[in-house]
Amino acid sequence: MEILLALLFGVLLAGAVYLLLARSLPRVIVGLLLLGNAANIAILAGGRVLGTAPPLVSPGAQALAAGAANPLPQALVLTAIVISFGLTAFVMVLAWSVWKGEAVVDAEALRSAEPPALPSTDPVEAAEAEPRAEAR
Amino acid sequence: MARLADWLLALPILLPLLACAGGAALRASPRAQRALTAFAALAMLFASAALVAVVHPGGPIASQMGDWAPPFGITLVADRLAASLVLITAVMYAACALAARGDAELGEAEPLWHPLLGALVMGVAGAFLAGDLFNLYVWFEVMLIASFGLLVLNAGAAGRDAAVKYAVLNLVATSVFLIAIGLAYGLAGTLNLADLARRLPEVPNQGAVAAVAFLLLAAFAAKAAVFPLFFWLPASYHTAPAPVGAIFAALLTKVGVYALIRLFTLVFPGELPWVGPLIGIAAALTMVIGVLGAAAHWEIRRILSFHIISQIGYMLVGIAIATPLALAGAVLYMLHHIVVKANLFLAAGAIRRAGGSFSLAALGGLWRRDPWLGLLFAIPALSLAGLPPLSGFWAKLLVARSGFEAEWYWLAAVALGTGILTLYSMLKIWLEAFWKAAPEGVAEPPALAGAERLWLLAPVAALGLVTLVIGLWTEPFAAFALAAGEELRARDAYIAAVLGGTP
Repeated sequence: MEILLALLFGVLLAGAVYLLLARSLPRVIVGLLLLGNAANIAILAGGRVLGTAPPLVSPGAQALAAGAANPLPQALVLTAIVISFGLTAFVMVLAWSVWKGEAVVDAEALRSAEPPALPSTDPVEAAEAEPRAEAR
Repeated sequence: MARLADWLLALPILLPLLACAGGAALRASPRAQRALTAFAALAMLFASAALVAVVHPGGPIASQMGDWAPPFGITLVADRLAASLVLITAVMYAACALAARGDAELGEAEPLWHPLLGALVMGVAGAFLAGDLFNLYVWFEVMLIASFGLLVLNAGAAGRDAAVKYAVLNLVATSVFLIAIGLAYGLAGTLNLADLARRLPEVPNQGAVAAVAFLLLAAFAAKAAVFPLFFWLPASYHTAPAPVGAIFAALLTKVGVYALIRLFTLVFPGELPWVGPLIGIAAALTMVIGVLGAAAHWEIRRILSFHIISQIGYMLVGIAIATPLALAGAVLYMLHHIVVKANLFLAAGAIRRAGGSFSLAALGGLWRRDPWLGLLFAIPALSLAGLPPLSGFWAKLLVARSGFEAEWYWLAAVALGTGILTLYSMLKIWLEAFWKAAPEGVAEPPALAGAERLWLLAPVAALGLVTLVIGLWTEPFAAFALAAGEELRARDAYIAAVLGGTP
């Protein structure tokens, strides 16, 4: 079972790296999702796959019975899933607002924060070129 | 039954949480929000000062949340390093809350600024106090999501563009951190830092331990903006309003540096021979490339952003050499740098207001228009370059001296050379913005005066005063840093405070 999880981890990681290197923002976001899930699989495998019985201590007993699942990685993965859900939602809205504002999904074309040209030495041009907050 | 120590450790997290939740509820009333933020910042200042007072003579204290026996529950720990960083975080919280009052760029976004700032400060304080690798991850995420929100406040096209790069690169680093957590748990069966320090040397597969150490090094190096993983920082910091830029510049990268110090002194102390030289080379390249990047730019905030990277290199020098003196240098450098860098970003905001631009080409003649602003800019700028008798000089002195004593001559030489190039950048801003005549054809903004000038310059003056105090009355700060360095190197007291037993 751990071998299977390790293989799955590798496949997810490879897919994530491939997508993260893409220039299109939606692909990058899917890459981030795969990377987060690869990390969750790593935590699950790190906790060993001990069994499938729910990790509940039966009345009167002091410890978990044999064959019970390890509860700690499940708690960790649950926390990580919630966090990555929130962060991914934010990045998706961000990408959508970039698309709405500039009609760009190509990461290469996102140049407004760091214009590629040399800094202008002409005072008027320089004052116009600097990034500004947008009045709402 | 809660002891005093439990409260002292929990309050620096609970107070910003109160400001965050209360601020979100009070969005309709800016006055109530401001009052709440001011209360939380002041109360956090007192609580963390009390924490430092307990920890400085007394050594590390730990608290088990919910009374679960260590290492099973959530542990909060403070040693000298963590306590002093929490205190300086509280100082930054107060200064940036004050600065936001005078910032026009924040404007309509102010109702969102208060809760997000509270969340950011809570994440930072939590990360400094976390005694557990997974809790460290959670606090990092709290900090990250709050910083996302702050970065896109009132964002234009440039701000959104910056936020995409910032978010994606930080999320990749976070995922690497999470993978390392999974592997560490698989190897040691625990994630409590003190327990990991005890168990990891007994793990039979030391190759896997080295892999975990490398993954953690890479993840935190990306968070700390270390070469070659710094690209998110100069892409984003210069697009945010001045108070946001100031709190980012002060705190975010330093949490990464703190995590590196904690891990490589407590969990992996000197057992991996490649760590020191690797961090040393990264430190040298970070210093040099950061300062050269700054030399190429002509926009004040972009220059300052590259200087953050360059200065992170100095802190890494301390981690690479890892003698008590070098660690003391890194601690003093962090404390000095947080104050100075936030101050420079706030001063840049005031320069923008007084001169109408962040671009050096479009600025000029500010010394004639407002000499006080020039003086208040000069204090942190010269301190950043390390001129005596300001705080940067003493921090650089400790770092360079530890380099010579430990016979890392090349690294100490790079650190000193970087100081000269830093001075070049600061003088460039000074000469262009303050000294040269105002350029033709650029409309002058209305003169900075009255209440607006007071609100803009008060936090700059307050932080400048802190820099002067550290510079002119160094003895207690240096003694504190040396004690912190010894404590980090010894590490037994920390483990004993968390897990019980005598050091």
